[in-house]
Amino acid sequence: MTTPLQVTARLRTPVTGSDHVRGAADAPVTIVEYADFQCHYCGAAYPNLNELLRQREGTVRLVYRYFPIANVHPYAESAAEAAEAAGVRGRFWEMHDWLYEHQDQLDPVHLSLGVEQLGMPPDDIDAEVERHAHADRVRRDFVGGIRSGVNGTPTLFVNGARHDGGYALPELLAAVDAAADT
Amino acid sequence: MTDPNGLIGPGRPAPDFALPATPDGRRTGVREHRGRPVVLAFYPADWSPVCGDQMALYQAAMPEFDHYGTALLGISVDSLWSHRAFAQDQGIEFPLLADFEPKGEVARAYGAYTRSGEAARALVVIDPDGTVAWAQLYPPEVNPGADGILDALERMRTSGEVRIG
Repeated sequence: MTTPLQVTARLRTPVTGSDHVRGAADAPVTIVEYADFQCHYCGAAYPNLNELLRQREGTVRLVYRYFPIANVHPYAESAAEAAEAAGVRGRFWEMHDWLYEHQDQLDPVHLSLGVEQLGMPPDDIDAEVERHAHADRVRRDFVGGIRSGVNGTPTLFVNGARHDGGYALPELLAAVDAAADT
Repeated sequence: MTDPNGLIGPGRPAPDFALPATPDGRRTGVREHRGRPVVLAFYPADWSPVCGDQMALYQAAMPEFDHYGTALLGISVDSLWSHRAFAQDQGIEFPLLADFEPKGEVARAYGAYTRSGEAARALVVIDPDGTVAWAQLYPPEVNPGADGILDALERMRTSGEVRIG
């Protein structure tokens, strides 16, 4: 007797008003991305996801959730908490983009400069990161991801089903088009 | 599989063992964790070339395992020295056990040894009394994540076998 192999993982934490969402609210396809700002695979997926949103505008929206693997990426947690600090100021996506465009500059000094570049108060945000004001929110995303079968970064769920393919643009387009047709 | 019965199934007593856990010769097994749930994560090899490596992921998820008082043990046929370097590189703090000599003996006892001479990718959750509660085999290239383990631990909590701490 052999044990059956795993069934496809499904998203267990539904998208809510507290999620960070980019794209049309009524888009028929929702991608939930679990990612780590210091992960290079996530950095490689970032421009492809942007292009996907551009080419399938109105069809797909992107939800970003924090999944820092801090034991491998020492700056992932502080980057996530800084993004959330920007998020409470209504500036999540600007910070998200800055982080993925400066993945080799996530140390505290450069991160603070980035916050300043974006026109946000670096001292306030540094202090929030320092006292882990947003750690609970980051952890909540992480735990929801773990319970949903996130097995590395990035992990995408397309309309709730884990996307086990790659992150190149053609694969992402195909996944979105398939989901839009069903 | 060398074991014609495949991976050990729920309800069977978990075979005990004493595998080296640290280079100074400390050994650990199932019995010494009696009274807590034990998770055995068999995996093919250290140094899998992906970012979201299974063992690194489990380290990141450790607070969730701790919630159930779980003892998590990674097991592969790699030597302790490989385990030590791998653990340092990935920030892994839970024990990685060396099923190195006789090679794969523990993996074989659990039906989690492959013809290629590595442990299969398999998860075994053992209840506090030493009985297998859940076991699942995965394709070697698939990182199984932690959801199956946490579901099994949650079922133990619901049935009163495990209290959350």
